[in-house]
Amino acid sequence: MKKLGDVLLQPEPFSELLMGNHALVRAMLESGVRVATSYPGSPTPEIGAAITSLPREKNPIYFEFSVNEKVALEVAFGAAVNGHTSCVFFKSVGLNVASDSFVQLGLMDIPGGMVIVLGDDPGANSSQNEQDNRHFGRLSYIPIFEPKDPAEAYKMFKEAVRVSREKHMPVVLRLTTHVCHAKQKIEFAGLEIKEPDNEPKFSPEKFGPYIPLTRSVFELKKIALERLKKFQEDMKDSPFNEIINNGADRGIITAGLPFKSLLEVVPEIEEGVNILRLGVVHPLPENLIIKFLKEHGEVKILEELDDFIEQKIKALAYDNNLNTIIEGKVDLDDWIGEYTPDKVRDVLEKNWPDLLPPKESKKPIHQAIPRPPQMCPGCGHRSGFYAIKKALAEGDISVADIGCHTLGYLPPYSLGQVLLSMGHSSGTASGLSLFNTSKKVVAFLGDSTLFHAGLPGIINSVFNQHNFTLIIMENDTTAMTGHQDNPGSGRNVRGETKKIAIAPLLESLGVEKILEVDTYNQQKLTDYVKEALDFDGFSVVIAKHPCMLKFSREQRKKGRILKKVQIADKCREIHACVSTFGCPSFQLNQDGTVWVHEDLCIGDGSCIQTCPVQAIEIKK
Amino acid sequence: MEKFDIYLIGVGGQGIGLLSETLARAIDHAGFEVQGVDTHGLAQRGGVVESYIRIGPSHSPLIKQGEADMVIGLEINEALRGTNNFLRDGGTLLYAPTEWQPLAVRIKEDRQDVSAALAAVCKERKINKIEADQIELEDSRMENVVLLAVLARERLIPGLKKGHFTLALQDLLTGSVLEKNLEIFLQVFGE
Repeated sequence: MKKLGDVLLQPEPFSELLMGNHALVRAMLESGVRVATSYPGSPTPEIGAAITSLPREKNPIYFEFSVNEKVALEVAFGAAVNGHTSCVFFKSVGLNVASDSFVQLGLMDIPGGMVIVLGDDPGANSSQNEQDNRHFGRLSYIPIFEPKDPAEAYKMFKEAVRVSREKHMPVVLRLTTHVCHAKQKIEFAGLEIKEPDNEPKFSPEKFGPYIPLTRSVFELKKIALERLKKFQEDMKDSPFNEIINNGADRGIITAGLPFKSLLEVVPEIEEGVNILRLGVVHPLPENLIIKFLKEHGEVKILEELDDFIEQKIKALAYDNNLNTIIEGKVDLDDWIGEYTPDKVRDVLEKNWPDLLPPKESKKPIHQAIPRPPQMCPGCGHRSGFYAIKKALAEGDISVADIGCHTLGYLPPYSLGQVLLSMGHSSGTASGLSLFNTSKKVVAFLGDSTLFHAGLPGIINSVFNQHNFTLIIMENDTTAMTGHQDNPGSGRNVRGETKKIAIAPLLESLGVEKILEVDTYNQQKLTDYVKEALDFDGFSVVIAKHPCMLKFSREQRKKGRILKKVQIADKCREIHACVSTFGCPSFQLNQDGTVWVHEDLCIGDGSCIQTCPVQAIEIKK
Repeated sequence: MEKFDIYLIGVGGQGIGLLSETLARAIDHAGFEVQGVDTHGLAQRGGVVESYIRIGPSHSPLIKQGEADMVIGLEINEALRGTNNFLRDGGTLLYAPTEWQPLAVRIKEDRQDVSAALAAVCKERKINKIEADQIELEDSRMENVVLLAVLARERLIPGLKKGHFTLALQDLLTGSVLEKNLEIFLQVFGE
């Protein structure tokens, strides 16, 4: 067996079929990254998994999953101003959390070098929006590289470190979901791990100032702008910007994975096109773009998500008196969704219907039934939602938060009616409870999210005496992103750590009503939620059960055979198990009988109490 | 080798990741150019999971709709979805006949004779429909190795032989898990 950690640590050059996220870790090793930090979020958590796969005694990288993205960024920054090359990585919306510190990075002199890896998610595969984080680069005077595929992500990361160290400036490597997760055969260079230098290099005298207050704000801003200008100058011939000349009259300017989608469509385009593919997307290589515009009568900007480069290129053409026809986004659909090969074809067809013959699409004679994601068999959240629903009256308001429990919004539970961001639920619920005497308000929050961004909302609820019930769905892990530990787990990536227990934490904050129960104890949970709702003020129910996906995997690994439940003859086809409790293990025959799918059932038995006639039993 | 595109689809929890990783490595062992991508994230929780594998010269890791040469379905509803969305007319569908009912069926909002629907779609579009062998498995995720063995036995991917698959399994698995998987592979392959 080829172990990932051993593959990544090979001293000699090699080639291997690897996904982008894993290839990045080889780039970190080769470029001498000493500190890497993150908060888990798709599409980036496999980077953390690859770092933790490195055998501990040989791993030169200090790594942590921090409590949130902002703290992760600050830990990486602190290490880098002390001379250690660092990397922080997280998902698209993670930058919103980190942004208060991120926007300051451009002002700072960072002698160790620091690379921020962003996993943007066009297509919102696993995010609550598809925000375009290139805007943050412009906002913060921080340059952005954007690779087209995993092999280039590996090379660009090394270049980003080189530039960052040389110029003492932060550099962003912006990835998108299908660059993070794409797999290809990549040629890797050799690896030499240098003896670490632990000498603290932090020196405000030499590299500072680091306090951006009063006049120093302007000095630092000017330095940031000058560094960015210099970066632009140095990158004007960067090999990451490429031109494909097919001798055509029309040109396309594009970047990232959409470039690869475009190459799939090019053979269909009559008369062909020339392509300028940008690997440095901020600041843009202006001379290269001006030259490309001058050489073409008509240029299309093929750009996923927002019109970030389109606006800049149109301004460049105006400033340079160019009369090239520049075509950007045609309609609102062009702003939405991932630029897959199919999408790129649709986008181009709108500009050039004469060059792309319309594609006929046939409707299938039988559609497949949609399959929304759902909670796993045995999930403690399911048992929780089933019991909590019984405590609520029709019309009561429920506020969702981020985590596996967000899926409670789907039928048959339909709990969680509004969602903004990580940890928003207490604040939003507080607002919903103002002037509201007729509808009870409940908010949900996961344990990892509580530590991540949930605490300020809770403290505010105490401080400003809000009146709602917070239900903490505690499962001891960060399940949705692959079971990373959190401060309540009692472990971190290196081993055991102090467990921060939630109930004593809330007590110390002054929460007066705290009730705690295992979600498998459904009757008690229903009673507790009713009691909490009746409480006048801010109340908390901790509805806990360990993640059963994690548990069942661990059991299987130990070679244990999981039990199953079965339906007894006394079943009266009431269907509470299938349709109200909704565990996916229960399957419905066309004649109304119910059976248990043994591929799915883990024998947890949380369903047994849901049957009014006690027809569910553990199979002997 | 000429282009050959494979689209894999299943339900979160069926272990599509290992299937596509093994297949991609088998293709690599056969000396062909290969790239691919899996969907991750929310879909892992009992939703649709998909994976793309592209053999031969290609640019994007993603396949255009209706242009896959082969669809591999780990579940019958998903086999229908994958065939509708990605398989070209006249292509090959290999699927496991397992059914995991979607939510709408279980809460009685929808129902379908999916086996009949799949047969009708395949007949209309001249699709070579191959149902994988049904054998007793200790763990349903081992269905993946049954699919690999059928791929090898029926020579469904040009140039891919038994040895390429077993090498790929050896890259990814170890100990008793490897032994069990190889045993099932050889049982289905037929030797």
